[in-house]
Amino acid sequence: MSPHAGIPSLKSTTSEMSISRKHILDLDDFTAEEIQLVLDNTVAMQEVISRSVRKVPALRGRTIVTLFHEPSTRTRVSFEQAGKILSADVINVSSSASSSKKGESLYNTALTIQSMQADIIVVRHPHSGSPNFLARHLDSSIINAGDGYHAHPSQALLDLYTIQSHFGDIKGRKVAIVGDIMYSRVARSNLWGLTKMGAQVVLCSPPTLIPPDFVNGFPKTHPFASVSITHNLSEAVKNADVIMALRLQAERQSRGRLPSLREYSRLYGINSETVKLAKEDVLIMHPGPINEGIEIDTEIAHGPHSAIQDQVTNGVAVRMALLYAVASANGGDK
Amino acid sequence: MTKRLLIKGARVLCPANRIDSTMDILLESEKIKDVGLNLNVTENVMTIDASGLILAPGFIDLHCHLREPGFEHKETVKSGSAAAIKGGFTTICAMPNTDPVTDDATSIQFLLDKAKVQPARVLPIGSATKNSEGKELTEMAEMVEVGAVAFSDDGHPIANDMLMRHALEYSSALGVPIIDHCEVPSLFTNGQINEGWIASRLGLQGIPSAAEEQMVDRNIGLAKLTGGWVHLAHVSTKGSVESIRNAKELGINITAEVTPHHLTLTEDAILHGINQEGAYKALNENAYNTMAKVNPPLRTQADVEALIEGLSDGTIDIIATDHAPHASIEKLCPMQEAAFGISNLETTLASALSLVHNKKLSLNRMIESVTSSPAALLKASNNKIGQLTKGFSADLTLFDLDADWIVDVDQFVSKGKNSPLNGEKMKGKVVLTVYKGQIVYSNISKDLVSK
Repeated sequence: MSPHAGIPSLKSTTSEMSISRKHILDLDDFTAEEIQLVLDNTVAMQEVISRSVRKVPALRGRTIVTLFHEPSTRTRVSFEQAGKILSADVINVSSSASSSKKGESLYNTALTIQSMQADIIVVRHPHSGSPNFLARHLDSSIINAGDGYHAHPSQALLDLYTIQSHFGDIKGRKVAIVGDIMYSRVARSNLWGLTKMGAQVVLCSPPTLIPPDFVNGFPKTHPFASVSITHNLSEAVKNADVIMALRLQAERQSRGRLPSLREYSRLYGINSETVKLAKEDVLIMHPGPINEGIEIDTEIAHGPHSAIQDQVTNGVAVRMALLYAVASANGGDK
Repeated sequence: MTKRLLIKGARVLCPANRIDSTMDILLESEKIKDVGLNLNVTENVMTIDASGLILAPGFIDLHCHLREPGFEHKETVKSGSAAAIKGGFTTICAMPNTDPVTDDATSIQFLLDKAKVQPARVLPIGSATKNSEGKELTEMAEMVEVGAVAFSDDGHPIANDMLMRHALEYSSALGVPIIDHCEVPSLFTNGQINEGWIASRLGLQGIPSAAEEQMVDRNIGLAKLTGGWVHLAHVSTKGSVESIRNAKELGINITAEVTPHHLTLTEDAILHGINQEGAYKALNENAYNTMAKVNPPLRTQADVEALIEGLSDGTIDIIATDHAPHASIEKLCPMQEAAFGISNLETTLASALSLVHNKKLSLNRMIESVTSSPAALLKASNNKIGQLTKGFSADLTLFDLDADWIVDVDQFVSKGKNSPLNGEKMKGKVVLTVYKGQIVYSNISKDLVSK
């Protein structure tokens, strides 16, 4: 691979600052410096996206397969677009088109894909740990595009990028993550990313939607020791720089975790009153898709504080940076 | 006349007879003929020099899964029996979760017909309810007549309280226990591993201790109400041990078992060794260890310690393997899709001995918990096993307490290669297994055998 691969401002991953990992399964194994490098390279990728001819040869000759066993629009499309801008060949395999409906195991499906010379497999799966499983048994690089309620590293990175590009920094910023922490892979990966980057994180949820071992807070030696927990939205968003609302699945009500979406919205919905409690320039974020009027009021979701569209836009550049990092780690030209 | 077998110079351990000393044992016509000092037999005898080894009654397992009929790709009566004798077990009780479910006299007879030609005693456990659906009782009396030794819906807890009550009342006339897998279904919902920091770390649904403890308490209540006999399968929590201890003090008719994995492993095994101190170290591709997925789940160190204590003081009656063999593809998948269970028959002795070597459990109690204690629970159907007593079945296990070995699942004779112990160093290994006077498994040096 040529040093800049058509992207002059890119920080080479062969320098001292490198992200040498074959797989991207979560952010737990990233250092703050490595995260920063991805964010810096995302800036370079944004520049590529802004060109009139959006194409660089960085991953020419590489094959990326997106293997999605769960419905997704923005994540799959943005990985596909990221791969195509970097000149990789991108093949999309989705659950309805794949053999999983015929009862083929994930293992056999993945072996088939690997035997088609996939350099990178981008996987989305409803079962936590599926990317780890594939990484264990395949030779291809695996990028986790969201697994069960375990992790969603590319989403967390694009959230970090969105915060950094808005404020210029992340360290010391108060970030309130509000909603279904229990079943959120976005919250879990963001916990890693935000704490590593020095943000002050507050988790806010109904008592039924937080992992049981989180409820009493984290011990001093814990990587999340600085994270605080509350069930009170006003307390959580007070002086917050960022409010990140999470998607609520309707089944939480039918499974008995919530009395009603109405009461959830009353207690945890982000509205103009909530925003007033936060800092004046508060950033409102949501990984999407939004249940407008439940997690966030429509006027806020589309209002001046909202970064929700930026998150989607930034997703492509972040995923370009990730694909580039993984491809470089795999040793340049084939 | 078939040859007699004389085993000389072993450290003979028979908890039922309070024997722990160097002795000889003579076997003749499927029975134990004599146990004593310096037995001198010269005619028509094969003699084995067993000095330095431990001789115990053949081990008895009250809880295993032989998968036949219906799941022969996981195990068969034949492969399971072979695994049993390699692990020192001469009597194994097969759970009824086959397809079709072992829930009538015909299906009990099917298993017994298969069992006849095996190198171990295979005893059937019948289903307590038809098709293990928890709706109607099975024809328990007829099954006992044919040879059923206990009743259980195996992995399906008998959730309906009234039906459990009637199962206990009905079986009380037959002298056999109802074995219940204690787990409140609504608290289990899609659970994968123990509820706690690892479940939350990995994004997996947890199974709280309360799911087990609540049903243990219910069963104790129903045993008290009916006078019926509940045997609690594979208890896994500290709270269960405390409830059982209290119930036994009140004289309630319950017995309980614990598995080798719940005695020796914690939920850390799911993470392939990242323990709580390194709690939030980065995970890697090995983090989701499906081999450690078992139900009830591996719990915490506090639970392990309570279980060992419970086994030591007799609160928990026996060690049972819960041998649950699976085909490799059934573990080669994401955690949520993986089958529950561990292939245990070939590692149980070494696992249990690790507690002895670590001085957490006496050797005598360890042996008792796989010999005379389970034999006592099978007394109604099989009253001449589990002891080195004249006239008892000549079932013996000879093992080397200190032999070092490394678990290699490819060497398992069980079809189930699913063990979280693969690659682990173990201490203690079966050398010779004798069933009804015949050597059915031998790993002994030929020099020690004279014909």
